[in-house]
Amino acid sequence: MKFSVITAVAAGFVASAAFAEDVAPTAVAYTEGAVSQSLTGIPGDPANGRVILGDNGQGNCVACHQITEMSDVPFQGNVGPMLDGTGERWSEGELRGIVVNAKVMFEDSIMPAFYKTDGFIRPGNLYTGKAADDTFGPLLTAQQVEDVVAYLVTLRE
Amino acid sequence: MRKLTGLKVPGALLATLLATSAVMADPVDDTLTINGETEIVVRTAAPEHLSGAMSEIMSGWLFREDDTRIMQADDFDNPGMIFVELAEDSWNMAEGSNGKSCADCHGASADMSEVRPTYPKWNETAGEVRTLEMQINDCRTNQMGAEEWKYTGNDMVNMTALLASVSRGNVVNVAIDGPAQSTWEQGKEIYYTRYGQLNLSCSNCHEDNYGNMIRADHLSQGQINGFPVYRLKNTKLNSAHDRFKGCIRDTRAETFSPGSPEFVALELYVASRGNGLGVEGPAIRN
Ligand code: HEC
Ligand code: HEC
Repeated sequence: MKFSVITAVAAGFVASAAFAEDVAPTAVAYTEGAVSQSLTGIPGDPANGRVILGDNGQGNCVACHQITEMSDVPFQGNVGPMLDGTGERWSEGELRGIVVNAKVMFEDSIMPAFYKTDGFIRPGNLYTGKAADDTFGPLLTAQQVEDVVAYLVTLRE
Repeated sequence: MRKLTGLKVPGALLATLLATSAVMADPVDDTLTINGETEIVVRTAAPEHLSGAMSEIMSGWLFREDDTRIMQADDFDNPGMIFVELAEDSWNMAEGSNGKSCADCHGASADMSEVRPTYPKWNETAGEVRTLEMQINDCRTNQMGAEEWKYTGNDMVNMTALLASVSRGNVVNVAIDGPAQSTWEQGKEIYYTRYGQLNLSCSNCHEDNYGNMIRADHLSQGQINGFPVYRLKNTKLNSAHDRFKGCIRDTRAETFSPGSPEFVALELYVASRGNGLGVEGPAIRN
């Protein structure tokens, strides 16, 4: 776990994948923790979302969550609740809100905000331990968030 | 008495087990006796200042795999003890313009068993809380006329391992009141601050989630009674400040530096969360 306990996103990828039409991290609108509007207007790809959830260089959601459907991915953590059936418990907009910034839905949650760029204390440059520089971007791109949400809605008991 | 169940489960099987059972992640119920004679307190009632936060404190030893724990129970198997021996040579070697060794002032290293348990500690003359490293460097420069050691360099970490090893059997007992209190408060503040882009504090992982798995890592209480620790991962001794740095870096934050006032304060605070646990260094961790 030297470099990435939870998630690592290549800085260059973040920078080049930000499109003008995307809702900016600072412009996301919440309704009771939910974000009803797509961040990109492009439907998410659930297969890619599944990859993002399991990859410790991307979302690495399995660091904290277990998902039976993803049991091919080893070492799933149990800091957060199991995600089986989460697509039944939450609407698509609620799931988007949870991924974008779970703290709006769950106050003081340990779950990191995956589409947020401000309000951090001593933000760093990836996992270098150095201060953030102008390559600083959200943990996931807008489209990656959409892909993750598209996968989450498929999780039904 | 040591449980040998669960040893060496093949990766894929282990993954399935993890996915289906959280029970696997509980700390073990085990006791640590080093070389068959020195009993180490690895689990005890939490100090009073933690009331409300947790009732029991546990060494990181209880959260490690069976083979790692067994390795630490015998100095012949403990790779950290090689560095203790190196430091013993250094303890007895005169250095610097005053031609003195540590032993010239302090006697045998074995007589220093009351030192490690009480550090970091307020130093009246200097008017500051000092870590063991700071005190060692003070001896080197002012008493020996020798050069300072690098804060987390080999010489330094080896010497702290020697001083820890002779204190095994004693329990951590740092003072948090009196003149040390404001430094302790500062450390506490740092402990509960959520740093970095992942927005995580020490307490998020080591107070709220010890016993849980974060990906492949079994979260302990983040105690420092075992430091310096020999890590199987990098096959060397690691100081507490290096560990703090690694944990803060893993929150995608800008870290503090080893030896900085922030880490000195954090060390005092984290040490105090382990008041009552046995000194274990050099412990073995993964
Ligand atoms: C550091 C831990 C952590 C990480 C990493 C994390 N989560 Fe969470 N998540 C939590 C916790 C804890 C909760 C429960 C809410 C609470 O009480 O904070 C939660 C709740 C959720 C929920 C609601 C669960 C339900 O069905 O009730 C979803 C969905 C979710 N997370 C998805 C994700 C996704 C997708 C990712 C990665 C992109 C992720 N999480 C990464 C800790 C984490
Ligand atoms: C994202 C989770 C996370 C955060 C936040 C975190 N740590 Fe850790 N820490 C770990 C993991 C994982 C380990 C290795 C397994 C273990 O011992 O818990 C570890 C290990 C440690 C250890 C070694 C314990 C031993 O017995 O060897 C110490 C000490 C420690 N952490 C202190 C801290 C301090 C102090 C902070 C805050 C500055 C902190 N940690 C923040 C995840 C974290």
